[in-house]
Amino acid sequence: MVERKDVELKLNMYRTMLKIRSFEERVAKLFADGEIPGFLHLALGQEAVATGLCAALAPEDYITSTHRGHAHAIAKGVRTDRFMAELMGKADGYCQGKGGSIHLADRSLNHLGSNGIVAGGIPLATGAAFSAQYRESRQVAVCFFGDGAVNEGAFHECLNLAALWQLPVVYCCENNGWAEYSAQSSQTRAVNVAERARIYGLEGVRIEAHDPYVIYQEAKPLIERARDGRGPALIECLTCRWRGHHEGDAQKYRPKEDLDAACNVDCLALFEERLRVEETAEQTTLDQIRREVAEEIEAAVAFARQSPLPGPEIALKDVYKEVEA
Amino acid sequence: MSELYYGQAIGRALADEMRRDERVVLWGEDVAQAGGIFGVSRGLLQTFGPRRVKDTPISELALTGAAVGAAMTGLRPVIEIMFMDFIGFALDPLFNQAAKISHMFAGQFSVPLVVRTAAGGGFNAGPHHSQCLEAWLAHVPGLKVVAPSTPADAYGLLVSSIRDDNPVVFVEHKGLYARKGILPEEPGPLPLGKAAIVREGEDLTLVSYALMVHQALEAAASLAKMGVSVEVIDLRTLNPWDKAGVLESVRKTNRLLIVQEAVKAFGVGAEIAATVAEEALDFLDAPIVRLGAPFAPPAVSKPLEKAFLVSPGQIVEAARRMVGT
Repeated sequence: MVERKDVELKLNMYRTMLKIRSFEERVAKLFADGEIPGFLHLALGQEAVATGLCAALAPEDYITSTHRGHAHAIAKGVRTDRFMAELMGKADGYCQGKGGSIHLADRSLNHLGSNGIVAGGIPLATGAAFSAQYRESRQVAVCFFGDGAVNEGAFHECLNLAALWQLPVVYCCENNGWAEYSAQSSQTRAVNVAERARIYGLEGVRIEAHDPYVIYQEAKPLIERARDGRGPALIECLTCRWRGHHEGDAQKYRPKEDLDAACNVDCLALFEERLRVEETAEQTTLDQIRREVAEEIEAAVAFARQSPLPGPEIALKDVYKEVEA
Repeated sequence: MSELYYGQAIGRALADEMRRDERVVLWGEDVAQAGGIFGVSRGLLQTFGPRRVKDTPISELALTGAAVGAAMTGLRPVIEIMFMDFIGFALDPLFNQAAKISHMFAGQFSVPLVVRTAAGGGFNAGPHHSQCLEAWLAHVPGLKVVAPSTPADAYGLLVSSIRDDNPVVFVEHKGLYARKGILPEEPGPLPLGKAAIVREGEDLTLVSYALMVHQALEAAASLAKMGVSVEVIDLRTLNPWDKAGVLESVRKTNRLLIVQEAVKAFGVGAEIAATVAEEALDFLDAPIVRLGAPFAPPAVSKPLEKAFLVSPGQIVEAARRMVGT
């Protein structure tokens, strides 16, 4: 007999994953129709990772995100309407249209920003963890990045520093096997990212990451351990990237078997099946969630379309923060 | 009133601000145990403890990037890049993250960070330990760049830099550490963006900063004996620079000579010269002249470094040509 609290948690996870999936599919279409400026990097196929990790966080915990950051943002709790507006470059977006997809942040949720620089968020999360340690706030910083980032210098320097100072940070590597247009195996001989972390003195865990509840169960102890001051960790989540590096990337470089294998793993469908079979979640409950999510996404699109474009003066605003008196 | 070395004045400013604000923390290579390779942070570890004054590994990217993350989340880090020549590794956190966070996230976060660094030649230290790279950073919207020339200015400007809510690069000249100067009884903050007229004159405005201010004053004394009255302006802050102050002086003297130690081409002087030409052409009786290092890296051997550094003799010659004596 599963505890009620657990069922609720799993239903929330289902809602989050469905929201991410629906949002990404909707946004892919909007982008193709020219309603979203700039570049778009979708997290389709990878929804379980952000869902599982963020379920293990307290609201005051920090995250840093990546160019492929929509899943992190939604799992952390951003409003899909203001998020959609930001993607469309509108004034009601989280960053008044200045950041778009790749440079999105929400201070109220302790989301320290997605990042246009691969591995750009790794030092930021490390520093946020220092701040938490210094202030004795028991906050934790979770840092998302992909398998491509682990060959940047920032990865090595920051893991080394985090272990040295025993910072409350959990690094989450979303290893989908593809760094932009390159297979991970073409970029390094040291493909086991968790092992790299262990060498620097962090706790390192490597998991197949298609079930958000499994991810949650692996991540939660690492997060609480960091919170208790017992040191940083890295969780390497083996996942699947369904789309190209960016929208518009036809993935000609990717072997068909690899792409087919990835697309055959649908973490959302698997989780729905799990809920149905193991948790005795009613079909009506799941249908209700489906309806609510669909409504939310459509409302978000309507909100974003109605939002005005920012005036040109916004381009010059907030370059500097004015000195306090 | 007390007489202090430039390095001591900086150390005093650090101590005073750390006493005043618990959020100020100090990181760098060899800044804690060793008190800094130039002795600037001597005693601070003993006074404030290892929680606030920390030695880092040789990891400029991590130390700078983590400081940005800490600054976003409640702290006011003052970090040191030992030699400005090492700032290459710290650039992404500075120009892509710190400089842009306020703007791209629409003012949700600020980055109250100070990066102290030692620039300049005169020690035959050669290509990797002698450079003046302030122009690179002055070119970045979102950063501020400060370059004090005296102990009193170093104190006051560092206090203001620490209290500023924006990322400030505080460029110390290593040749000035051994220079003494008077510090007032109750030294306080000096405003950023305000130059100082360190010698009044009528015939020519000489704009300079850092060590070159002293070369300029030496040249001005020689020129006075030749009947040429030079007004020497010490910029103190490079970005934002005191455009109004410089223009006012040029309107009075009708001649502008800019002296910098950094490579002349594409330097700070180029920006000042172009601006004055745009906004005060009618006031100029002679073309604007810039003096700076030739377009080559610094070298070790004595005659080679001498050929690289602008001398008071060269300043005198340039000024005489401009006034036609």
